[in-house]
Amino acid sequence: MGRLSVDLCGIELDNPIIPASGTFGYGYEFAEFYDINILGTFSFKGTTAQPRFGNPTPRIAECSEGMLNSVGLQNPGVESVIKDELPKLRRCFNKKVMANISGFSVEEYAYTCKKLAECDIIGWFEVNISCPNVHGGGMSFGTDPAMAAKVTGAVRAVTDKPVIIKLSPNVTDIVSIAKACEEAGADGISLINTLLGMRIDLKKRKPVLANTMGGFSGPAVFPVALRMVYQVANAVSVPVIGMGGVYKAEDVIEMMMAGATAVEIGSANLVNPFACKDIIESLPAVMDKYNISTLRELING
Amino acid sequence: MKQVLLEIADNKRIAPSVFKCTLAGDVSGITAPGQFINLKIDGCYLRRPISVFDKTEESVSIIYKTIGRGTEILSLMQAGDGVDVLTGLGNGYDISLSGDRPLLIGGGVGIPPLYYLAVKLIEKGVKPVAILGFNKKSEVFCEDDFKAAGCDVFVTTVDGSYGIEGFVTDAFPVEYSFFYTCGPEPMLKAVYSKTVTSGQFSFEERMGCGFGACMGCSCKTITGYKRICKDGPVLRKEEILWAD
Repeated sequence: MGRLSVDLCGIELDNPIIPASGTFGYGYEFAEFYDINILGTFSFKGTTAQPRFGNPTPRIAECSEGMLNSVGLQNPGVESVIKDELPKLRRCFNKKVMANISGFSVEEYAYTCKKLAECDIIGWFEVNISCPNVHGGGMSFGTDPAMAAKVTGAVRAVTDKPVIIKLSPNVTDIVSIAKACEEAGADGISLINTLLGMRIDLKKRKPVLANTMGGFSGPAVFPVALRMVYQVANAVSVPVIGMGGVYKAEDVIEMMMAGATAVEIGSANLVNPFACKDIIESLPAVMDKYNISTLRELING
Repeated sequence: MKQVLLEIADNKRIAPSVFKCTLAGDVSGITAPGQFINLKIDGCYLRRPISVFDKTEESVSIIYKTIGRGTEILSLMQAGDGVDVLTGLGNGYDISLSGDRPLLIGGGVGIPPLYYLAVKLIEKGVKPVAILGFNKKSEVFCEDDFKAAGCDVFVTTVDGSYGIEGFVTDAFPVEYSFFYTCGPEPMLKAVYSKTVTSGQFSFEERMGCGFGACMGCSCKTITGYKRICKDGPVLRKEEILWAD
């Protein structure tokens, strides 16, 4: 194993860097910018049973050191992902990919997971129970321990692949949700999804986003994310993937010192399409600076 | 797409709140008229997408209006300042569709991408007619550029203080082979309903990344969902579905 490698639910990653769902499409478009095989893996665009357009535009707004999005899970639907997207990915990616799935009912989660479970290229499932954009759907699963456990159990029942539950930060007690997911059979926890936020256009005196509210991400949220990763990593025994505002190698190390086994990079990819490549390349020198011989030694250290 | 560091060669006001900026460096990523570049501006988190006005071997020019913090900061930048830029974004206009007498229809800061298109059409041996729409005389810009490039140019102003009084649609010639347009949405809708040939429209939308990753700028079309930044910003008339 190399200096940067980590074990994520029984699958070795060359490094802990994982582009986050919704910022990396189905991967192949970033392969035009650099060889995406240098990544640990990546989490593909949140996929639902049916095709979705998502919310009306505008669905992007800027903030100080961050952004809001109210994309609302635009994706071509699981059948098209299997038929059209994954074959394109296979041509440029020879590692296992993380399948990010979402749904509007427990049955939909299970259906989408079962369909994708047959694809060899998928190494892990990341189950989004927290997307703040979809009314009456994702939000309720992620904010209630019992519902979160129910989704976890339903997905757990239809695949042998590792199931990682992606948590919403928009809750009173994230630790209780994480524990409920672990007890229901989750192999890992990833966090945080975006924080619910809002901006108003002063000239129009109306919300910038057509959907009024959206998910806040970017460097501004890093301390909140780090705190939640720390709390959850100390409360569960399964691996934790940390994310939220990470954009440089130092942030990755900080997340791992807080207890993360791997780290997802989200908004940074949108500002700098080479963000993950830059982070991976700069990690060894930053590790040297802080006398870190392997990243593995940091986890829960 | 290429990520490059460009150096501002010139950045000056050409009309009220409208600036022209020339950036020097590797601009080889720009391959078609109607494409845009995405500029990282100090103090702003997201990049600012701005269409290409003109391009040479070693520089690219943009024309932008100061409408918010990003463009205001950009307008204060000076020759010699460096800017991190993603170049060659979007599909751009297709000059092979022009026919022998294409119409270029631009409104306000929608006009700039039509200039590089005009240059490319004239290079091809086609003489376009350009209709440039403004609100009033003091806002007029780029008229001389289009004339010098070799276009027949008509300027319209809403208040009649310069050129033809009215909207761009009041200046349509009797015959044209194809049209290319860019401008505010009400103008695009009027162009859509009053043109009698096929044409290409360039659209604007708030973007996250500008290169197809985030799905922030998607729109619905006859041929499915499209990302304005990657599958657009240019769409064919026949595929447009107006949202409302």
